[in-house]
Amino acid sequence: MELVKPAFGLIFWMFVSFGIILFLLKKFAWKPILEMLDEREKTISDALNSAQKAKEEMAALKAGNEKLLQEARNERDQLLKEARDAKETIINEAKTKANEEANKLLAIARENISNEKMAAITELKNYVATLSIEIAEKVLKQELADANKQKELVQSLLKDTKLN
Amino acid sequence: MLNNIKGFRSFYTKATAFSLAIVFSVFLAVAHEHEHKNDGANTEDTAHAVAEADSNHATHAAGEAQHGEAHGTEKFDAGKMIMEHVADAHDWHLWGHTSIPLPVILYSSRGLAVFSSSKFEHGHADYNGYRLEHGHIVAVNENGSVNDEITASIWDISITKNTASLFISLVIMLLVFISVAKAYTRNPNSAPKGLQAVIEPLVIFVRDDVAKASIGPKYQKFMPFLLTVFFFIFINNLLGLVPVFPGGANLTGNIAITMSLAVFTFVITTINGTKDYWRHIVAMPGVPAWVLVLLTPIEILGVFLRPFVLMVRLFANITAGHIIALSFFSLIFIFGEMSPVAGLGVSVFSLAFTVFMTCMELLVAFLQAYVFTLLSAIYFGSAVEEHHHAEEHH
Repeated sequence: MELVKPAFGLIFWMFVSFGIILFLLKKFAWKPILEMLDEREKTISDALNSAQKAKEEMAALKAGNEKLLQEARNERDQLLKEARDAKETIINEAKTKANEEANKLLAIARENISNEKMAAITELKNYVATLSIEIAEKVLKQELADANKQKELVQSLLKDTKLN
Repeated sequence: MLNNIKGFRSFYTKATAFSLAIVFSVFLAVAHEHEHKNDGANTEDTAHAVAEADSNHATHAAGEAQHGEAHGTEKFDAGKMIMEHVADAHDWHLWGHTSIPLPVILYSSRGLAVFSSSKFEHGHADYNGYRLEHGHIVAVNENGSVNDEITASIWDISITKNTASLFISLVIMLLVFISVAKAYTRNPNSAPKGLQAVIEPLVIFVRDDVAKASIGPKYQKFMPFLLTVFFFIFINNLLGLVPVFPGGANLTGNIAITMSLAVFTFVITTINGTKDYWRHIVAMPGVPAWVLVLLTPIEILGVFLRPFVLMVRLFANITAGHIIALSFFSLIFIFGEMSPVAGLGVSVFSLAFTVFMTCMELLVAFLQAYVFTLLSAIYFGSAVEEHHHAEEHH
């Protein structure tokens, strides 16, 4: 039958033109297309890989950060606690010291006061004595200015004085 | 739903049986036509308008019909019409009486002859001692009788309709793929755009699902051929479905083309065959000698059978598709001959079925390109495969 009888002319042209096209397309189309596809796929897979790596790094970094933060937090707490303790100690110490100082000062003051008091008392005693003597002197001078009175005084004194 | 499916199924079965009957009758008609070798493409012109509205086959049919008119003769011959449209021709029929004359190139014992096919006036005139007889060029004597001796010496490398279609499709391929390649080199590492986005998935499909899967690590060497064959078959299948110029030629349904493609596959397989490949053909390792007596001839036959099957499969699939589509169209004319009303009624049915068939053909266009490429890849794969532990396999 006509349909299944291959025509020579068509086979001839097919071999010639298909061969040429195969060569041309291979050189100018398939080679660049396939190369570019490969390159692009490589770029994409590289990009994906690096993205994955970056993600992992980020996660690691985040975990590190978290750890650092936790450590810092702990350290801060520690420091705060220490500071609080130190404060307490210092305050307590200060209080004690202040008390002691106050007590010491009080004691000194008290001693001073008692010393002053004694001195004052002594002085007062002396003064009183002197004053008494002066008063007595003045009184005597005045009383004995009058001879009668002198006699009267002597009399009274003698009167009081019992001669045993 | 179930009823629907059942209904469709029975409808489909009937339709298939019907179409098979038609195809069969077409073949009978062809055989008949061959016996009688009666000249004259004849039909009445009632259905011209309907026919011209649709596919290339219809356009051709209308043209034929007008030819018939010119002859002023009798009956519409579906078989002849169909065969003329799936076969090659020396001119490219467009519509009505209009066709593009193509160059005739002959080399015979008379020497080289190059002239336009219009000189033959569609087989009505001899030119330069040659005559166009049923699409074939024969040498004639002065007195008009056929000179068998010179006819046998003719090497006809005319640019026929299929050759022209071949050139057109190859130019399309060159333009498309080189421009796509340019797009790749111009914007490397950017998302594909336009034509590039259409081609790229197909290229990747051929590379990953055909070449890599069937050939293995050595696939790169065969990529140019596989891609060229895939797109050549795919583009020509699609062009074959386009009814008007520059489509309409039944190129991938032509045995010369499928044979050439199969020969390419065969040659590439053969020259790339490793020692292992030949050893497995000539003497399959691990097989007893008495089995080899049987097996080796089968294997050797298989080497040639594979490309042969490639050739027949593509040819038969595409030609069958064209024949079925044309058969549905012929129905219009056949019934139209009985009565114009019947022709009109059938035309609705025929049109619906032709649309359906064309959709099927779109699928087949891709499928056959895929199958040819895949099988070629599998043959290449078997040629370069390395059997490290051949004995263990068998």
